Amino acid sequence: MRTNIPVVKAILQANEAVASENRTAFDAAGLLAVNLMSSPGAGKTSLILATVERLPDTLKVGVIEGDIASTLDAERIAARNIPVVQINTGGACHLDAPMIRSALPHLPLTALDLLFIENVGNLVCPAEFDLGAHLNIVIASVPEGHDKPYKYPGMFQKADGVVLNKADLLEILDFDLEAFRHGLRILRPDAPLFILSCRTGDGLETWIDWLMGQYRLRRERHGR
Amino acid sequence: MHELAITQGILSVVLEAAEAARARRVLTIDLTVGALTGYAEDPIRFYFDLLSRGTPAEGAILRIRREPGQGHCQTCGATFPVEPPLSPACPFCGSVEIRIHGGTHCLVERIEVEDEDEHPGGEGHPSGQ
Ligand SMILES: Nc1nc2c(ncn2[C@@H]2O[C@H](COP(=O)(O)OP(=O)(O)OP(=O)(O)O)[C@@H](O)[C@H]2O)c(=O)[nH]1
Ligand SMILES: [Mg+2]
Ligand SMILES: [Zn+2]
Repeated sequence: MRTNIPVVKAILQANEAVASENRTAFDAAGLLAVNLMSSPGAGKTSLILATVERLPDTLKVGVIEGDIASTLDAERIAARNIPVVQINTGGACHLDAPMIRSALPHLPLTALDLLFIENVGNLVCPAEFDLGAHLNIVIASVPEGHDKPYKYPGMFQKADGVVLNKADLLEILDFDLEAFRHGLRILRPDAPLFILSCRTGDGLETWIDWLMGQYRLRRERHGR
Repeated sequence: MHELAITQGILSVVLEAAEAARARRVLTIDLTVGALTGYAEDPIRFYFDLLSRGTPAEGAILRIRREPGQGHCQTCGATFPVEPPLSPACPFCGSVEIRIHGGTHCLVERIEVEDEDEHPGGEGHPSGQ
């Protein structure tokens, strides 16, 4: 006999359940978790390093490095004496919530104030796999061109903030900043845009001020 | 390659629902896939065929409904479906004061199954048809 069964379930419901466990763990530790997403080479690792360099010393930062196979980025972070856990996704083009959960026991969570999660470079899947982070940040970079919000709207819809990196190249390349801004505005008019250069340091202050503001909001909410 | 992980998600939701219904075989699967996610239909079918082998969902027909994004024009009030790459302006009046929502759902909507034979204590022997 044939039977119709209404299901109506999110395809990634299992991931979402673990993501909310992760969020609970972050909240219990009183830290702000920030998921950094971008295409390969847009500057995720550079932004982590440039940000940590400029944060107050009193703020304790940890990093989860997602990478398909290598440990190069984790080595760049560890060289700065920042606690870092490497996750090799074994070919998968994104991090998922269970991978983050399995990384957490390897970090001094309660001692941390800020946790950066560097996702795998990819503008499709990371948008769909909630990790439990408080902030999803999308990094675009000038050499990629201004059309990214139009081509990868799903990623930009998920952004709580957008960084446009490699602004030092704006003069050299024909990046249409207004078209980029517009693409972001039609998808997420509320998401702040930070135009900066990890190379020169220009624009980093505004990003860091905002991030610190987000951190203070978290702490007020979870009183610690 | 992006579709591998979500296809694993599809299969596990489907198999769970089929098991809960004590179904022997899954015949059809209705999916909604948001157009703004960047996931494409063909790779989902490809991976599904591969992953479902030897499971009760092997051979099931996938019916994929693509959920477009919703465009809304703040100038003329029109609403219109959108797909990537997005156009920067309203298709009706040309205004750039538009907003885009939705188009990101990935859901298993329903499945059609063949029920297990009703013999007492029967644990669903693979059907030899
Ligand atoms: N010109 C310029 N180059 C930059 C800037 N920021 C980063 N880069 C360069 O861009 C390249 C990639 O930077 P990464 O920080 O490794 O990028 P990523 O996103 O972590 O890369 P993957 O982890 O491989 O996806 C490096 O060669 C950086 O030196 C910038 O502001 N300006
Ligand atoms: Mg990196
Ligand atoms: Zn209009």
